[in-house]
Amino acid sequence: MTTMELRFTLNGTPLAWEIGPGDLLLDVLRREGYYGVKRGCEKGECGACTILLDGKPVNACMVFAAQAEGRAIITIEGLAHDGELDPLQIAFLDRGAVQCGFCSGGMLLSARALLNHNPDPTEAEVREALGGNLCRCTGYIKAIEAVLDVAARREATK
Amino acid sequence: MIGANVRKVDGVKLVTGGAAFTDDINLPGLLYGKILPSPHAHARIKRIDTARAKALPGVHAVLTYKDVPRVPHTTAGQAWPEPSPYDTYLLDSKLRFVGDRVAAVAAETRAIAERAIELIEVDYEVLPAVLDMEQAMADGAPVIHDEPDAKNIHDAAHNIAGYILRQIGDVDQGFLESDYIFEREFRTGRQQHTPLEPHVTICWLDPDGRLVIRSSTQVPYHCRRQVAMILQIPVSQVHVIKPRIGGGFGGKQEMLLEDITAALTLAARRPVKTEYTREEEFYMARSRHPQILRMKMGVKRDGTIVASHLKVISTTGAYGSHATTVQGNTGSKVLPLYRAPNIRFECHVVYTNAPVAGAFRGYGCPQGFFAQESLVDEISHELGMDPVEFRRKNMIRLGDVDKLSAQLGEGKEGLPRVIRSCGLPECLDRGAQAIGWSTKKRGLGMACSMQGSGIAGIDWASAFLKMNEDGSFYLQVGASDVGAGADTVLSQIAAETLGVTLDKIIITSGDTDITPFDVGAYASSTTIISGGAVKKAAEKVRTQVLGLASKMLDTPADQLTWANNSVCANGKSVTMSEIALQALYREKFQIMDGASHFNTDSPPPFCATFAEVEVDTETGQVHVLHLASAVDLGKAVNPMQAEGQVEGAVTQGLGYALTEELLLDEAGHPRNANFMDYKIFSAKDMPKLTTILVETHEPLGPYGAKSVSEVPINGVAPAIANAIFNATGIRITKLPIHPEDLVTPPLGGQKVTPPSGGRSVTPPSGGRRN
Repeated sequence: MTTMELRFTLNGTPLAWEIGPGDLLLDVLRREGYYGVKRGCEKGECGACTILLDGKPVNACMVFAAQAEGRAIITIEGLAHDGELDPLQIAFLDRGAVQCGFCSGGMLLSARALLNHNPDPTEAEVREALGGNLCRCTGYIKAIEAVLDVAARREATK
Repeated sequence: MIGANVRKVDGVKLVTGGAAFTDDINLPGLLYGKILPSPHAHARIKRIDTARAKALPGVHAVLTYKDVPRVPHTTAGQAWPEPSPYDTYLLDSKLRFVGDRVAAVAAETRAIAERAIELIEVDYEVLPAVLDMEQAMADGAPVIHDEPDAKNIHDAAHNIAGYILRQIGDVDQGFLESDYIFEREFRTGRQQHTPLEPHVTICWLDPDGRLVIRSSTQVPYHCRRQVAMILQIPVSQVHVIKPRIGGGFGGKQEMLLEDITAALTLAARRPVKTEYTREEEFYMARSRHPQILRMKMGVKRDGTIVASHLKVISTTGAYGSHATTVQGNTGSKVLPLYRAPNIRFECHVVYTNAPVAGAFRGYGCPQGFFAQESLVDEISHELGMDPVEFRRKNMIRLGDVDKLSAQLGEGKEGLPRVIRSCGLPECLDRGAQAIGWSTKKRGLGMACSMQGSGIAGIDWASAFLKMNEDGSFYLQVGASDVGAGADTVLSQIAAETLGVTLDKIIITSGDTDITPFDVGAYASSTTIISGGAVKKAAEKVRTQVLGLASKMLDTPADQLTWANNSVCANGKSVTMSEIALQALYREKFQIMDGASHFNTDSPPPFCATFAEVEVDTETGQVHVLHLASAVDLGKAVNPMQAEGQVEGAVTQGLGYALTEELLLDEAGHPRNANFMDYKIFSAKDMPKLTTILVETHEPLGPYGAKSVSEVPINGVAPAIANAIFNATGIRITKLPIHPEDLVTPPLGGQKVTPPSGGRSVTPPSGGRRN
């Protein structure tokens, strides 16, 4: 089978992986043990495999691994830093925004991308940002509140 | 600890992407399993040739009905002996719906497995299919289960999987005594669970040759028993592990992929993973039973309900998983909400060549409450009574005995249900206040509902605790946290009972080799039944702890208090860790104990749901603006988690009411098996939700808890339907509600004149409450 080398940065670490030209990024990440990237539909409809590609949330099931060449990927495994949870992760836990947790990783990354470029979003903007991350357990209310809460605290400490 | 909004005990690994779910492992030599689904709704395999598939390099097993034991069973994950008919086979020569199993393969990669499936040659004898449940019952309809070895089918020749008739009082006499009789027919759609994690199972043989099944299941113990029976191996040779589950909602109260994955593993002697794609999950897993409900109620002029008659036809699809029990609930959990002295419930559960229905949050109640609460709203309106006041007048109350539950148990006679806690009046008050019931002028509607907390006399659970040197406790429960937070709630109950902090409880759940028996996560049973077992076990262990502390503190045990990881008396104290060290190294004694628990009653949680809607009369578009749910759940062990259960149930109810329906074409093929065409609510679509926890104390529950996860789904559709009537004057009789239903009013039901000369009321002009 033909393979190629993929050079990219994953959660801050430069890496080189052997991949197949037709491999999907979702499959490669999971094959390499990044199980936080979830397989929910493989059609770009549910958002469970959301990752940050150069800071933008994308569905890893809709991207060839080869397209990550030279780019920076953040998965949910990379959201916490040095054992310190991201404020969004803390807020999701403290506000009960997580139930089964299958969609949480993707939702957290979508929320992180939002706050990175829009630190003080409106509720409508939060709903829009989370709109591609389907959840069947929670009804989204607590996740929306958690994101707004993190944004408000950041504003308060400015 | 009880009543505290603590974080989920498994939360950190979930928000950091920890390898927690079934598919989050990589086994050496893992094969990929794939099922060949039937392309026909009804067919017989005339010839099947697997030679080319087997010859494909990388293929390690190909199975057809010729290769596996033929053991009639049900896939329903229910307590043995299951009340569902034994009408299903691991693989069969007859195929009964599009998606039924034709064959299965295990290969080194997914691509090879998919290719191998294509290489299986099958000649089908296509049989006439029947998809309409009323046609399926008629004489001359194609017989779906003509196999002679199926068991417990009510009337296979007429495709009737199950039949129920139960009566309280004399319903005919009741209608004679009624001043007004109202009757209407309702229809409900086929909703799919769509857990974000589709079904997935990984099987392997451990070094001792025992079969290990790691699976996304709500019922590890039932699964172990079923797989052992189907594959004809001893239960002792099966080990089921339930890791974190990505949502179940009843869809995983099924032994669905475990048997075929295990069969492939035994055939290939290699680990095998089988998973549904999202598309397969829609039509090869389970869905909510579509029903036709004919609801008739007789009332006195003053609004007293005298008689209530519900006649249901339901389709279970091709197999009767949960057939009579789901439909039994449509009667037994719905009709007794009102104190009518005369009640009749009649139901036919019918096979069709459609995807299989099963357990789904609410378990027959969302259908029943849609009919009952819509009709009750209509009656209130016609009598000129406020719908809230009408319900207040008629609803079940503290001290009542629900006799229908005594007749209608889990597939057999049940036990009478005594109402020992009832917060429904407060639910009505607070829900009405939240929605602005008496002040706002908009489309407002409401509904009441109830459910159960475990299956009376059947559901039971056990728990085991043992103490460690640092004063922590291992808690082992058979209960299956499916994402709803059971591990957290059960840990809270243990911590409260033992007087320790939550970090001192290390829970293991749902592993048949390690944890004691539990029927599993269904029927709103976990908090009350599994929680009851945990509390009992913790009390027994506490007695051992206090016995030792009594010696160490030289104080009688009944004078000791326990809290914050210590036991105290008269200003002296000893830590749990000191007690454990004393036990383990001086007394040579493991502090440990277990307990089992069941209830002979199923205390109902209650809910009042209020909806505010806006309807575009030009397009028929319904916008739900606000949904308020007031839920009597007994004591809320973890209010934050309980609110999450309500919000999640309400969101599924919104979909059931407005957007979700798995559609089939005339040949039985799914038309919308994806998230683009089958619409579940997203963050963008959510209306304002208000969740009100109305706490009561249930004597049968641990620390007063009942249940919460199912009941809030029941009232959403009727509350929205009633709000739409309030806004437009149009009665909704079909779910999901389509915009076209509101632009061209459908021909609805009608009031009938009772034979006694009672009269039906003239609809008041306007048809609006406000």
